[in-house]
Amino acid sequence: MNLTLRGRPRVDREHVLLWMRDYGVYVGVALVVLFNVAFTPHFLTFENFRTQAVQVAPVLIVALGMALVIATGGIDLSVGSVMALSAAMISLYLGYGPLVAVLVAVGVGALAGAANGVLVAFAGVQAIIVTLAMMIGGRGLALVLLPQLDGVRNPDLRELGSGSFLAVPYVVWIAALLVAVVAFLVRRSVFGRRLVAVGGNRRAAELSGLPVRRVLLGVYALSGALAAVAGVLVTARLQAADPNSVGVLIELSAITAVVVGGTPLTGGRVRIAGTVAGAVLMQLLVATLIKHDLPPSWTQMAQTAVIIGAVYLARDRGRT
Amino acid sequence: MRTTVDGAGPRVGGRESARGVPWRELAARHGALVVLLLVVAVAGAVLDGFLAPGNLNRIAVSASFLAVIALGMTFVIITGGIDLSVGTVFALGGVLAAWASRYGELALMAVPLAVCGLIGLLNGVLIARARLAPFITTLATMLGAWGLMLSVSDEGNTTYLVADGLALSALVHGKLFGVLGYPFLLVVAVFVMGGLVLRRTTVGQHVYAVGGNERTAALMGVPVARTRIAVYTFSGLCAGTAGALNAVWLGSGVTIFGIGTELQAISAVVIGGTLLTGGYGFVGSTLVGVLLLGVIQNVINAVGSLTSAFQEVVSGLFLITVVLVQRRLSRGRDPG
Repeated sequence: MNLTLRGRPRVDREHVLLWMRDYGVYVGVALVVLFNVAFTPHFLTFENFRTQAVQVAPVLIVALGMALVIATGGIDLSVGSVMALSAAMISLYLGYGPLVAVLVAVGVGALAGAANGVLVAFAGVQAIIVTLAMMIGGRGLALVLLPQLDGVRNPDLRELGSGSFLAVPYVVWIAALLVAVVAFLVRRSVFGRRLVAVGGNRRAAELSGLPVRRVLLGVYALSGALAAVAGVLVTARLQAADPNSVGVLIELSAITAVVVGGTPLTGGRVRIAGTVAGAVLMQLLVATLIKHDLPPSWTQMAQTAVIIGAVYLARDRGRT
Repeated sequence: MRTTVDGAGPRVGGRESARGVPWRELAARHGALVVLLLVVAVAGAVLDGFLAPGNLNRIAVSASFLAVIALGMTFVIITGGIDLSVGTVFALGGVLAAWASRYGELALMAVPLAVCGLIGLLNGVLIARARLAPFITTLATMLGAWGLMLSVSDEGNTTYLVADGLALSALVHGKLFGVLGYPFLLVVAVFVMGGLVLRRTTVGQHVYAVGGNERTAALMGVPVARTRIAVYTFSGLCAGTAGALNAVWLGSGVTIFGIGTELQAISAVVIGGTLLTGGYGFVGSTLVGVLLLGVIQNVINAVGSLTSAFQEVVSGLFLITVVLVQRRLSRGRDPG
């Protein structure tokens, strides 16, 4: 495998590690699936796949935006709070009809992301601090606007959250569509090339005349908008807007999915398929441990081990 | 480490620092203190009972636990790292302390310190020896510490109570001359010690050197890896101590506390003027940052019409404002 990939006649430790960094996540998914096929009853049912896919969709959507931000060498800790803001917007604007409410929610998410982007790109503040402030302030704002859980009763939204098309839930269709769009952006668009260039070497990108600040602004706005979409989907599925608990700690799951998927935190590379596999791997891992009646504490520790393993494979040496 | 840092200060950069305006340095260093005094003055003038000794003591004591965590975080951030695990380590420390309190006071302190110190050591070894990024490493151990806490507390279903009649319990709730709580006095003491270590000892110089420029530090013979391991272990110990004392204060090991504490600690350190890029920072101003957050919380609680959610909005806005102002003041001082 390695030989054909690298075109080198030797298979040494270095190459195995590199290969593991890029494709280890798929090996991980395969192993978990094989384990489940062998040991978990009712794993290979359509219903189970459907459940897993619905559960992974919000994390996956958030992780797409996170992957783009991380590719520029940044980080976005505010995604969970943006989901809370989006949930609050749905509840507040539902009176104008579901479409308006969803548009407002996604718009506000994009605005919050753009605010991050302005501070990162134009004021030059570190991404971790900017998005930390937005994480604290954003959830606060959501709670000021909507102090407690609010039931959302709307047939269209319920259909969005629980309905299916061709036996596949809308939520999953939307996630798949967004994966395709982001993959297209990264692989085929100028914007995608630019954001990777900014992450690889910002100075060089500036010197070669790329609109670095505009690219950063766009990336953070996109991450905010994607988080808001996740917020809308979660709200529609719960049939309740819950700014207190929606999206809490989702930034960790999203960062984990991205890193496990082989995108280095240093920026300059992005792997969308890897990110999808990373989110699926973590979802299946947790589901497996739960199905085998292992306590939640085990899932946390298993996640710890997987993250450290993935980061170990992706550390500086592996940067190309 | 992060590209936003070495991405070059957008505009003029170096020129202002060449003039070396001293008040900028002063403002960057004591800006948080000025703001704290202003906020206290305004709150004292507007709110009844804000300046009462009881209220001030309440602010100081409830800020104490965060302050101890923030002390460790200051050391970590000066080396250019970050420790996201402190929030759950804090919770873990509390649960372990409450569990161990049945075996006496020595166990109450020793068990959480040993476990939390080990978690810090693990962070340090992974970061310094295996050369993993601090952000993601401590994020992973944060989950690990959480898992450990859940398994200790029967998946979060058991809340251990701190045994009655401990001398430590009386001490934590006690006040010097009936005015100032002992926890805050402890905080002042450890901050003075921390400040002395940082400014006056070789270890402190090593911490600054590692954060300033790792390669140069290594060439000068600074034990980079050992310094790193030491600061992360210290951070774990701080979080464990804060957790144990907090458990004694509350009378039980509360399992849901601690999530998000790491963010408050980072906010306090940054508001205090310590640069996240490393190599520059002070212990004393971290304490000011912690107190500032405590005062804001107290003021918002005192204004009855505001919910606690406002506090988060204000804290978020505050953090970003402080960072923007600092950036303006300290332009050109950043390395690179």
